[in-house]
Amino acid sequence: MTHNDLSHNHDGTQPHRGVSAVVAKEDGGFVNPGLPPHEYRQSDLDPKAERRAEKMVAGMFILSIIGTAIFIASYFLFTPMGYNLLAESKTLQAVKWSNLFTGIGLAVAMFFIGAAAVHWAKTLMPDHEVTEERHIYSRTNPVREEASGIIVDGLDESGVARRPLIVASMVGALAVLPIAVLFPISTLGPLPGNKLHHTFWAKAKKEPLRIVRDHDNTPIKASDVTVGSIFHVMPDGLTHENNEHDFLEQRAKAAAVLVRIDPADAKNQESLSNGYEGILAFSKICTHVGCPVALYEQQTHHMLCPCHQSTFDVTDGAKVIFGPAHRPLPQLPIEVDDEGYLVATDDFPEPIGPSFWNLHKDK
Amino acid sequence: MSTTEKQGLLNPEGRAFKLGSVGADWIDQRTSMSSVVKNFARKVFPDHWSFMFGEVALYSFVVLLISGTFLTMFFVPSMDEVTYEGIYEPLYGLEMSRAYASTLDLSFEVKGGLLFRQMHHWAALLFMVAIFVHMFRVFFTGAFRKPRELNWLVGFSLMILGMVAGFSGYSLPDDVLSGNGLRIADGLMKSIPLVGTYMSMLLFGGEFPGTDIIPRLFTIHILLVPAAIMGLIAIHLVMLVVHKHAHYPGPGATDRNVVGYPLFPVYTAKAGGFFFIVFGLIALVSATVSINSVWAYGPYDPSPVSAGSQPDWYMLFTDGGLRLIPGWEFTIFGYVISLNMLIPMVFYGLFLAALALWPFLEQWVTGDDREHHVLDLPYNAPVRTAFGVAWITEYILLVLGATNDLVAIAFHISINDLTWLYRIGFFVAPVVAFIVTKRICLAIQRHKRDLVLHGVETAKVVRMENGEMLEIHEPLNEYERWTLVQHDTFRPLKEGNGVSGLRAKASSFFFKDQIDPVTPRELRAALEHGGHERHKIEALTGPYRELEP
Amino acid sequence: MKALAQHRHHPLAFLAILLMALLATGGLFVALSPKDASAQSASQADIDAGRDLFVANCATCHGMKGEGRIDGEGNTSGPSLIGVGAASVDFQVGTGRMPMQESGPQAHRKPAQFNDEQTKQLSAYVASLGPGPEIPSADAVDPAKGDPAKGGEIFRINCAMCHNASGSGGALTRGKFAPPLLDVEPTHVYEAMETGPQNMPVFNDNNLTPEDKRDVIAYLNKLDENGSPGGYSLGSLGPVTEGLFAWTVFLALILGCAYWLGAKAK
Repeated sequence: MTHNDLSHNHDGTQPHRGVSAVVAKEDGGFVNPGLPPHEYRQSDLDPKAERRAEKMVAGMFILSIIGTAIFIASYFLFTPMGYNLLAESKTLQAVKWSNLFTGIGLAVAMFFIGAAAVHWAKTLMPDHEVTEERHIYSRTNPVREEASGIIVDGLDESGVARRPLIVASMVGALAVLPIAVLFPISTLGPLPGNKLHHTFWAKAKKEPLRIVRDHDNTPIKASDVTVGSIFHVMPDGLTHENNEHDFLEQRAKAAAVLVRIDPADAKNQESLSNGYEGILAFSKICTHVGCPVALYEQQTHHMLCPCHQSTFDVTDGAKVIFGPAHRPLPQLPIEVDDEGYLVATDDFPEPIGPSFWNLHKDK
Repeated sequence: MSTTEKQGLLNPEGRAFKLGSVGADWIDQRTSMSSVVKNFARKVFPDHWSFMFGEVALYSFVVLLISGTFLTMFFVPSMDEVTYEGIYEPLYGLEMSRAYASTLDLSFEVKGGLLFRQMHHWAALLFMVAIFVHMFRVFFTGAFRKPRELNWLVGFSLMILGMVAGFSGYSLPDDVLSGNGLRIADGLMKSIPLVGTYMSMLLFGGEFPGTDIIPRLFTIHILLVPAAIMGLIAIHLVMLVVHKHAHYPGPGATDRNVVGYPLFPVYTAKAGGFFFIVFGLIALVSATVSINSVWAYGPYDPSPVSAGSQPDWYMLFTDGGLRLIPGWEFTIFGYVISLNMLIPMVFYGLFLAALALWPFLEQWVTGDDREHHVLDLPYNAPVRTAFGVAWITEYILLVLGATNDLVAIAFHISINDLTWLYRIGFFVAPVVAFIVTKRICLAIQRHKRDLVLHGVETAKVVRMENGEMLEIHEPLNEYERWTLVQHDTFRPLKEGNGVSGLRAKASSFFFKDQIDPVTPRELRAALEHGGHERHKIEALTGPYRELEP
Repeated sequence: MKALAQHRHHPLAFLAILLMALLATGGLFVALSPKDASAQSASQADIDAGRDLFVANCATCHGMKGEGRIDGEGNTSGPSLIGVGAASVDFQVGTGRMPMQESGPQAHRKPAQFNDEQTKQLSAYVASLGPGPEIPSADAVDPAKGDPAKGGEIFRINCAMCHNASGSGGALTRGKFAPPLLDVEPTHVYEAMETGPQNMPVFNDNNLTPEDKRDVIAYLNKLDENGSPGGYSLGSLGPVTEGLFAWTVFLALILGCAYWLGAKAK
């Protein structure tokens, strides 16, 4: 039962790697005293306590039955779409009561079955601790020797060692096979091509493309954009009807914002010259990992990304002034058309959103 | 009780019992069930509250399977556009994916649907909480040592698969919050040099978001990952039975036995009962606390985003590094290397690998290849415990990093200052945690040594003739003492004799401050010294209880 | 045609065109700019009472005539209020943000320092300094008249990134924040969109029409009315508070049961 010789493994051998930081204890250490004397429970000694425990267990099972009843009743009395005792049908209040009562019923039904079983085991089933011997995995084990014998014989029968040609060709075949896996994988999607390098705004290369409000697709006059305001915008014509197959993909790349700064505040003249009288349009997609950057502080002219706090200074060409992003938000060159509406005159000068390895390669 | 007193169904003389034995016989002749019963029914399991968290994870997983199956009856994994016409007025008439619309319908219009959805999500959070608590119980008690290293790796894989299961499920409702999460995953993937953009296109079936990702994640979420989890759980449990459960040090417990209660009936009732308890508590929380109100986020659209966009808790640490990393990116030969994404990803890999490989590192350092079935008390392994606490500290720091916006508001701090605080903390906090934890462990070890040598303070004070005040110490009994003296003595490995310089240094780092357990000789010396005092004390207070030999 | 072409070359033609353009622009401005209704409808008595309140409570920072003040170090102690309009005053004073208690990154919402009557007088006074957005009518902010579904769409695109999809607020840079919205008066919501207090961008009527603004109010009202069908909302802050709950209350419940199960019966 006791094991005091700690410099050795259980089977009496030295550590097989030769060294071990474990050292033998001086004079063998203490002796394991074995299990302490058993302490009896009240329910073992007192029949009344035993009876109490029994009633308690039975009581909890009965509580569980009540829980099941509540659960079933709630399917009739507190439904979201039909009858509901406490709220008008088809409202979120009805949903709330349905959730609450079904949930409480289920919780009571389940919990008290468990609590009853555990209480039963703790108070009424034998609580004498039992000791079971462990099987120690020794290195000198007859079963293991037998097993390794079988393997050795089997290998010998297969002739692996004698037939190098077969082995070499088998290794070759197994090595080549995984290449086949690449082909089913390649069917999962198209190649990137130049998709990431262009957005819907590229239409502006041919003729100026109107900038429209994101929420209602209406064009924007330059005079509408006052200093301090922000417009969340999309290109004109990017609608569900016109782009049935890639509506969200195009929106994901085209999303932009319009802000107006006092030209006197501009720190970046090139950025200012790509705008119109201080109205600047930037991609709304963060150059870090692609969240929409849209938290605009009108007094500081900072744009903040809510996901990872990259902060861009719109007076300085949306340069990064804080956080994990590196590249400035790409700026959309804008003008006004004959009717005074803001238009884009070109696509973003570089890919929007997160950087990727061939970002700067022209496509 | 004699047999004559037995009543009811299970009376061996009764009809029910006879019917039962006929049935059992029928089954046994076809399956040899009796040998299974014989082998397993009296298997012994030790009892301790800290051993229950693996079970909590298992039971949460069962709840996930049950509630998840219910949800698949109503959820439609499709990104086809539909017009919402359900009872939730603020979204009425809007275009949305069928996945989102069916999530709203099953939440609001199916009886008990919201309950099952909330149970599924709460069980997922609890599953991961339980895995973490269980993993660190195993870590701090050294239960990963031989022969359980492989089972540690199986458990670690389950933790990773839990994260994959959670993330894929979180994305299925196709709402604005999870959509932005997917977009971040897409951005991270694209940043991988050479293959990134290809991987993104293949996963999404084209450009983000496309119309394939929800059906694909659905297959991953309800088939691939759960099947893998179930397989690994089976291996985990088989290995548990093969190894038999480890137990805490105590009188009677050795590396060659297991002390506890038999599987049948005590553990069947306790563990089986505990399943119902966990299920009940998940139902209770789901009935009363809201989780992931997808209707508030709206259907996914790439333009909007919500403040407070975060993943579920077990993915938060991955978001933390992305918030704390400065904007580093460089271009080489015209190709972009985005360190602001690659460094966090590489770090997470190493960070997790350090935990997975710890058992092998520790074995290399100690050279200890004995089988261990008696657990370590955490303070008896100061360097391991300090490493574990440092790891958790780093983890918490990354989690805090990912919540900097909420913390900034709650405590009225500048988010920029907070980010800088975490950036510094990222390097400093784990080191401080390591040093402090190790010191605390050593202090506890010294205190326990004192306890063994000098006994427990009784608060009885006697005054000697010379005016000296002495407190009477009650020596520990042999059972109490055993728990405090049973652990091993270590000495650092010396270089040479097949031990490399690096290994010797690592071993020294581990064991140089080692505090040895009390030896019998030390205890005798202390008692003799104490006996001298006791002689004086006895003169004043009368005879003293004789010490046990 | 010829005569006209000749005419155009007349030296005075340029002047005439310029004059016409100016007149047209002015007319358009008058037609489009918000009507200075509150300044007109407010009585002179209100304006006078407002001036007294202003001088006593606001002039330290905003100047005796609301022209703004710059302190010795060149920092603005209070911006000019000329042209900010009655809406701005009603929002800032009505939500207790002004008068500001201490200087900081942002004025906090607190119990209003002035009663409705005094707020009205202050608004009237500031509106009299120069034309600006007026206080919206009860009709303009009536949630019952708005479309919550449309408002929700507008809200998600224009507001949720700062104020959170559930309207529970969010952080901005350097200690600034977007406040929670669910217990804010509809009038104040409208005024905030119209005037862009502090760092909030302005959503003028050319960006979000008055109907759009009312739809947003209807949406917020609907969120409030619907409550949280799943049970306690944990502040509607998303996965972080849910995770925190799982690690605290939920884990404590489980731990308690595990402890009870593992403890020996007495």
